Amino acid sequence: MNDIIQANGLTKIYPAGKNHSPLRAVDGVDFTVRQGEVFGFLGPNGAGKTTTIRMLTGLTRPTIGSARILDFDLLSDLTRIKKHIGVVPEASNLYDELTAFDNLVFSMQLYGVPRREWKVRAEELLFRFRLSEKRDTPFAKLSRGMKRALTIAAALSHHPPLVFLDEPTTGLDVMSARSLRQMIAALREQDVTVFLTTHYLEEAERLCDRVAIIVKGRVVALDTVDRLKSNAQQKTVIEVTLANPEGQQEKKRIECDNGVEAEIQHALADANGQRVLAVNTLRPSLEDVFIQLTGLNTEVMLVEKGGKGGGGNAGG
Amino acid sequence: MLADNLRGIFYIALKDLRAYYFKPPNISWGILFPFAFVLAFAIRNPGDTGDLVPGLLGLTLLFGTTSMEAIVIVFERRIGSLERLMLAPVSLAALLGGKMLGGMFFGLTVTGVVLVVALAFFGAAGVNWLLLILALLLSAAAFSALGAFVSVSVREVFEAQTLANFIRFPMMFLGGVFVPVDSMPPVLQVIARFLPLTYTVEALRAALSGGSLGAAVIDLAALTGFSLVLFALAVRVLARRSS
Repeated sequence: MNDIIQANGLTKIYPAGKNHSPLRAVDGVDFTVRQGEVFGFLGPNGAGKTTTIRMLTGLTRPTIGSARILDFDLLSDLTRIKKHIGVVPEASNLYDELTAFDNLVFSMQLYGVPRREWKVRAEELLFRFRLSEKRDTPFAKLSRGMKRALTIAAALSHHPPLVFLDEPTTGLDVMSARSLRQMIAALREQDVTVFLTTHYLEEAERLCDRVAIIVKGRVVALDTVDRLKSNAQQKTVIEVTLANPEGQQEKKRIECDNGVEAEIQHALADANGQRVLAVNTLRPSLEDVFIQLTGLNTEVMLVEKGGKGGGGNAGG
Repeated sequence: MLADNLRGIFYIALKDLRAYYFKPPNISWGILFPFAFVLAFAIRNPGDTGDLVPGLLGLTLLFGTTSMEAIVIVFERRIGSLERLMLAPVSLAALLGGKMLGGMFFGLTVTGVVLVVALAFFGAAGVNWLLLILALLLSAAAFSALGAFVSVSVREVFEAQTLANFIRFPMMFLGGVFVPVDSMPPVLQVIARFLPLTYTVEALRAALSGGSLGAAVIDLAALTGFSLVLFALAVRVLARRSS
């Protein structure tokens, strides 16, 4: 499997301003992204996720470090890289005055898709993203979820092998977010490599083959979701669900260093006549991993940019 | 690379024309505003009406080209869609070139309408068509570059409008539209020489009166210089702001 992205020591330092010292938004980040995988950059707002994407897509120049994308050098072959990537920024930034169809065609025009493919490709994308009925609707009049879907469709219009998605489901309702995640998951089946940033733990857990956790500009962990969980799991945790004669349920958690059977027997001996309904082995969630690695409360993941609290769309 | 940029210039211009330019407020502003000014002056000085045509064309081109051009880039940057163009495989120069081409096309279109009306009124005899076309094209390029420079230099749409008017209105009165530059006080004559509209009016006056290409070579060269310098400055400012 080829490495589609190789980042080496990527660093972005913003110069000092009137009221602040120089800011290291991204600090020596190294990672690779393999062909065909969904790679997640997980971290709270302000961690450096968007800055990393902006460097990789050429919107801002790294202060230090280098990267190779699709075997092109980021600093010297940027135009070639741009021809082969699709980018979905955090804001759905298509043109309000153009229809859904026209926005897709304009995207294809910019990327040099042959004219004979415009109509077919646009119709295909509208169908795939469930926007066929909105073909002639101006972008400004689409719902937020539809705008997001169309922005992703536009990023795919020129068949890029690599797509960058910056917080793809932020601000969407549960149903729209779920629908969008299904579309993103489907990209893997088309052998499209996906680099996405998110501050939703569940989204990273559900979508990503590998996750890099970034905090304050540094990658603190990078591995598959399963291995991150396994590494964080220091004890076997058994959850026993008990029910008393009246049907009231109680769950007991038992942490076992060794001798699982003995621990379970002890727990059952303490059951006081309750029936055992279920015995489950619990594995740490990505949230547990995140807390363990960063020491941060996961509430920080829910703080949207601008300091407002509250999440958008947990679940999906 | 060159093909990507040329394609980008063309389609960005086309998109801008569809999305921004050919809307009733722009058309009315581009045509009616200069016409109203010139009409007011013509009523005051009825005998000089024919002499006002070069100035009228110059004003129409100036306002037609810059009215949207000056705000399109800052507007798109504000709403995030400029970033979409910067993510595309086109250079910053091509991006600005596309923006300028849209402004130029619109400005030349509305000016063309005024030109047809003016020629129908005053006749087309003796017009040096080659000089006329060159003067219009180079003037459109210079004004469009000015509009682009204004648009990349500010952060808000109202700042772009303010700056554009700060430049255009003095130019309107000092550029030889209503009063010949030679009859102005010396200090104003010096200022006029730094204004692209001055060279536009002189070149158009020469073209409409049958003057030779050589008679307007300095005007055409000045307009070319304004175009290149303002374009280069706009690219530089956009690059710096984007990084």
